[in-house]
Amino acid sequence: MAIRLNVNGKPVSVDVPANMPLLWVLRDELEQCGTKFGCGAGLCGACTVHQDGVPVRSCVTPVSAVAGKSVTTIEGLSPNATHPLQQAWLEFDVPQCGYCQAGQIMTAAALLEKNPKPTDAEIDAAMDGNLCRCGTYIRIRKAIHRAAELTRAAKTNREE
Amino acid sequence: MNRVDKVSRRGFLGTAIGAGALVLGVQINEAEGATPAWMPSVYLGIEPNGTAVIVAHRSEMGTGIRSVLPMVVADELEADWKKVRVEQAIGDTKYGSQNTDGSCSIRDFYDAMREAGATARLMLEQAAAKKWNVPSAECKGQNHFVVHSKSGKKAAYGELVKVASTLPVPKKADLRLKPESEFRYIGKELPTIDQADHTRGAGKFGIDAKMPGMLYASIERPPVYGAKLRSFDDAAVKGVKGVVRTATIEGFKPPHMFQALGGVAVLADSTWAAAQGRKKLKVEWDLGPNGSFDSAKEKAEILAKIKQPGKVVRNVGDVDKAFAGAGKVHEASYYVPLLSHAPMEPPAAVAEWRDGKVVTYAATQNPQAVQEAVAGAMGIKKEDVTCHVTLLGGGFGRKSKPDYVCEAAMLSKQVGKPVKVVWSREDDIKFDFYHANAGMYMKAALDAKGKPTAWLHRSVFPSIGSTFDASAEYGQEFEMGMGWVDLPYAIPNHRAENGAHKNHVRIGWMRAVAHIYHAFAIHSFVDELAAAANRDRVEYILDLLGPDRNVPIEPVGMKYWNNDQDQTKFPVDTARLKRVVQLVAEKSGWANKKPTKGRALGIAAHRSFLTYVAAVVEVEVDDRGRVTIPRVDIAVDAGQIINPERARSQIEGAAVFGTSLAMMGEITAADGRIVQSNFNNYPVARINEAPKVTHVHLVPSKAPAAGIGEPGVPPIAPAITSAIFAATGKRIRELPIRKTKLV
Repeated sequence: MAIRLNVNGKPVSVDVPANMPLLWVLRDELEQCGTKFGCGAGLCGACTVHQDGVPVRSCVTPVSAVAGKSVTTIEGLSPNATHPLQQAWLEFDVPQCGYCQAGQIMTAAALLEKNPKPTDAEIDAAMDGNLCRCGTYIRIRKAIHRAAELTRAAKTNREE
Repeated sequence: MNRVDKVSRRGFLGTAIGAGALVLGVQINEAEGATPAWMPSVYLGIEPNGTAVIVAHRSEMGTGIRSVLPMVVADELEADWKKVRVEQAIGDTKYGSQNTDGSCSIRDFYDAMREAGATARLMLEQAAAKKWNVPSAECKGQNHFVVHSKSGKKAAYGELVKVASTLPVPKKADLRLKPESEFRYIGKELPTIDQADHTRGAGKFGIDAKMPGMLYASIERPPVYGAKLRSFDDAAVKGVKGVVRTATIEGFKPPHMFQALGGVAVLADSTWAAAQGRKKLKVEWDLGPNGSFDSAKEKAEILAKIKQPGKVVRNVGDVDKAFAGAGKVHEASYYVPLLSHAPMEPPAAVAEWRDGKVVTYAATQNPQAVQEAVAGAMGIKKEDVTCHVTLLGGGFGRKSKPDYVCEAAMLSKQVGKPVKVVWSREDDIKFDFYHANAGMYMKAALDAKGKPTAWLHRSVFPSIGSTFDASAEYGQEFEMGMGWVDLPYAIPNHRAENGAHKNHVRIGWMRAVAHIYHAFAIHSFVDELAAAANRDRVEYILDLLGPDRNVPIEPVGMKYWNNDQDQTKFPVDTARLKRVVQLVAEKSGWANKKPTKGRALGIAAHRSFLTYVAAVVEVEVDDRGRVTIPRVDIAVDAGQIINPERARSQIEGAAVFGTSLAMMGEITAADGRIVQSNFNNYPVARINEAPKVTHVHLVPSKAPAAGIGEPGVPPIAPAITSAIFAATGKRIRELPIRKTKLV
């Protein structure tokens, strides 16, 4: 049975078993491979995407659960990779191997939506489901603070 | 240039260019009908439009090496980095070793990269000289142009390619390498080429590789090392939507090397369908002798063995005599468990068997090992295996061992289609080449100041040698040479002994390898001796290192490994080790931060991969015994540093890797089966468990470049336990730390 959903602003229809996790629908069916597999059990955060703006672990989200909903992946986070987090990630040279970073950025983006000025403790609480085996955590924390700053600065500019 | 770049990207992994398309700029351009690049070196070509195509022949797993070595070429070429395109090499012996491990890429290829760039620059200068009819010594490559300063003439590199390509390649002796003052990229902090892709999910990893018409495989492997397939029932599998068929993979013949483990594969039209089908498989195994393997019993066995004399592997002075006459003696035993690499991207590859040849796209640290292993599995020549190298989502040594690529190739031959193999996390944790568990017994005779007059160190561990020789029972020269037989302390009597032990799982090298357990034992013991003598630990370590000198290492029955480097070029230099100890003490504020209850600093200093590292770790232990790490300082003397920014990031990462293995990493086995399965029961450090801040202090040095990827790891665990002792009085002699109750 075809399941309809919206991925990065585009309506899509997939004919897959209802229990197939969103992760594999994105990767194998829709060829959106920016979202990564890390554990298949919601333990590492590499597969994080947004469902109607809320971060979810796509490896444990059956595609049937997102029928009719909007999904945003790293590919759809911003036009031309200009999200303040993406800029800050480059400024602090965050990635090492890069594999977990899409999930890190998606989790961080949802945090900043909710909390435009997070403390270290709030960042750690939001990000502790996202593993990075290379150990880029210090830079992730710095880059989230920086992205929050960039977002606030952009807002101030707009208001002025 | 943009157009070429796009085609190249698509051809790299996409489906637009069919299986077997080559990724090198040359072939891509040929496919487009353009003139092939001029390639004065295997590492470098220049296209008529001036684009320098630099070949990255080492694998990228997060160190930045696929950018940094090309930057060295670009520097000597006097290339404008904006006009450089990096192409990843396929596996080919013409590039020299591509085995990206051992922290040796810069050390082994810095000179070769400089020569490649300088060769092309000289030829471009000669081409300009010919064109202008002036002496070539008056022509100089400068930021992608050759200039003749006397006449003010200037020609872009692209304009000179045609003439340059007709010139003989100059001899090495005729090259003019740039003086340091003229470096554009070497020693600078140019961003690496993949960072932007990583922020938008565009990096192409092994798991992202696709081939047209491929099937996805999920493989049920022997649950016990050496178990054999008895029978299987796949009746229920075939009812799973998307499943195409099952296939068996033959088990390895000892030694296991990088052969597939064997098992039963379910092949399907998606990853998910293959995994669902696998759940319906019923498989019977003959478990063999390792079916009773129990890691708790093995630990007891190892801890008993280290109480017995072993094979002497280093002997200085007369330890027995010194112990016989000693007033005070201190002894301790240490244990480190099996560990799993657990890179965030599990092993992944796609392969196609066609007409007696194999093409594969693999997340591999060693494409030439892929060629050899796949050729061995298929009974073909290694030249008939084309290995394209993707980005690696972490490697840490796991992806030097291409058993997963063999699986994909073997399955492809059976099913007549390309096959993609992606290990689940459970597969990765349960079927790794594990970092060896090790027991270490230490004994010292002490003088009046608490300094050792004699030092005995016994180690027992299953050797990595068992991967290549099924009968191996003793450590290999390189395992002994990793921070053990090369003890640098000024102790007149010193003996190291290795006891025999067999492996019961696959044992492999993991980031920092045998340094992990040797550093833990040696530096923990030093910490104990300093405490017993009631001396400041920094002062004690400096005293132990003794006068500034190169310590000649002369092991018994083997040569000193020293990363295959001569001790005259890379000596064990106590002055450099002392320097990093002093630097880290100064930067961490050691002298002013005296231990208080629940909060203290710890220290360890270790030479590995020819690099000198000292770490100071600050820990807090709360009233419930929970450990956090507010701050780490690490001083590093790695000789010349090519990209200080990426060097710092490696050391920051090493502090986290070291924290994971110190605090929480442990693999155990019961009834021959690995107990752990995923990040719930094989945890690695999360953002709130990792060091909150890590300050990296690089020592400016003109010494030859040593290693960076691994040397940050070994001192972390003993520095943490040193700090915990200072904060709580609890001495931890076994990893992981979480097993010890601190209150």
